[in-house]
Amino acid sequence: MTALLEVEDLRVSYGKIEAVKGISFSVEAGQVVTLIGTNGAGKTTTLRTLSGLLQPSGGNITFDGKPLKNVPAHKIVSLGLAHSPEGRHIFPRLTIAENLQLGAFLRKDKEGIEKDIQRAYDLFPILGERQKQAAGTLSGGEQQMLAMGRALMSQPKLLMLDEPSMGLSPIMMQKILATIVELKASGTTILLVEQNAQAALSLADQGHVMEVGNIVLSGTGQDLLHDESVRKAYLGED
Amino acid sequence: MNTLPQQLANGLLLGSMYGLIAIGYTMVYGIVQLINFAHGEIFMTGAFGALTVYAYILPDGTSMVVAVPLMLIGGGIVSVLVAVGAERFAYRPLRQAPRLAPLITAIGLSLALQEVVRNFYPGADKDRSFPSLDGSHDIGSVTITDADIFLVVAAIVCMSGLAWFVRKSRTGRAMQATAQDPDTSQLMGIDTNRIIVIAFAIGGFFAAVAAVSYGLKYGNIGYRMGFLMGLKAFTAAVMGGIGNIYGAMLGGVVLGVAETLASAYINHIPGMQQLGGSGWANVWAFCLLILVLLFRPQGLLGERVADRA
Repeated sequence: MTALLEVEDLRVSYGKIEAVKGISFSVEAGQVVTLIGTNGAGKTTTLRTLSGLLQPSGGNITFDGKPLKNVPAHKIVSLGLAHSPEGRHIFPRLTIAENLQLGAFLRKDKEGIEKDIQRAYDLFPILGERQKQAAGTLSGGEQQMLAMGRALMSQPKLLMLDEPSMGLSPIMMQKILATIVELKASGTTILLVEQNAQAALSLADQGHVMEVGNIVLSGTGQDLLHDESVRKAYLGED
Repeated sequence: MNTLPQQLANGLLLGSMYGLIAIGYTMVYGIVQLINFAHGEIFMTGAFGALTVYAYILPDGTSMVVAVPLMLIGGGIVSVLVAVGAERFAYRPLRQAPRLAPLITAIGLSLALQEVVRNFYPGADKDRSFPSLDGSHDIGSVTITDADIFLVVAAIVCMSGLAWFVRKSRTGRAMQATAQDPDTSQLMGIDTNRIIVIAFAIGGFFAAVAAVSYGLKYGNIGYRMGFLMGLKAFTAAVMGGIGNIYGAMLGGVVLGVAETLASAYINHIPGMQQLGGSGWANVWAFCLLILVLLFRPQGLLGERVADRA
């Protein structure tokens, strides 16, 4: 069986600076795979390249059997790859309902869209209560819920979440992580970038540790969680 | 003739024209943060497009009822092509360049378009006469012409059409999204290049509507007509809050009314006798801009910058 997402020797540069220096990994359907690492390791750059916002300088990306090289960003989502970006990036002056509808921008099935909006409200009841409110008035955690709900609206085969717990209160962080567990249980394939390595590894099937543009260590979530060098570097243990 | 209601009507009419042109500045700025200083010339080429239809395509003596819609189409096609062409060939290659580069390009394009029309359009080195609609009507103490009626109806139709389009249509929603966050819009599947082209095209068409109104009202057009009208419309867009389509229309009307009233009445103030008359209209218009920017830098309907985060 071939993987849903196959990344081979991916390289990405900003001008002369190479931010991602030839990484390879894959995501199988139904899996949760996480990329962990410090700021500047190249995790966000990797996701932005997968969704077409950045162009790779080398390597191959194959998604669902199709090469993604030179496919413009606005066409990648229609292949089934959704991206909930770092910093949430909801549309602040549109309402919550309008944000969700934009997540389904390329879909034509009106009834299905309505059903999925309802599903997002079931997943995050606070969004349902405030559906007519401008998204910019939501708290950080609520905006994160909206960003995830919006990404799900395209009915993705693979959901990429970039730092979903960043800057959130501990309670909100627990809620977001619980949602990811829930999505995983319902069979959603997820590529998760997280600074909260403990949380990310404990719910991931596969994990990769990135340092300055390279993957330095790979393994199952549990293996990495118990790996001594990982515990020292990312889980704050001496 | 010089009653207050008449002056107000004159101001509203002039303001509607500013507002129609201001839409082009504000939509383009809202989406790509570019001040398209060639927009005044997009307005000007629209006037020449309309004149071409009237003077060279339609047979002599065509009724104006038939001619005006066809002139609108001709002017619209020319303005839209110039606007979309400018985006495609002048601005798009500079999308990632420092801000100053597209700005200078816009100024250069503005001069180039003026010179092209002056040198290559027959008789355009001087003003050319444009068919005017001067049948007049008295409404109480106010006299308006057929051209004024055309302008008001066109402005209302255009503005309400645009408001509907931006709020309700799928493309309009995509346009709002692109203005707020272009990268994330692409993640939604929105082809942002297409949205940018549509913004330029709408601005171009509205400029052509204003240009036809201008010709019908004043009876002549010239290759330099876009400079001052463009500058005033840009002022209107900034005053209303650049990026906001309602602000553009409001800014246009406020500017038109203010400059008309100022040039009609300021010389009645003791000690300011020599400051009256239309020669001072531009002075008052730009004074008003400075005042608005001093007390409300984001413009009358502008968003606070913090909301754009």
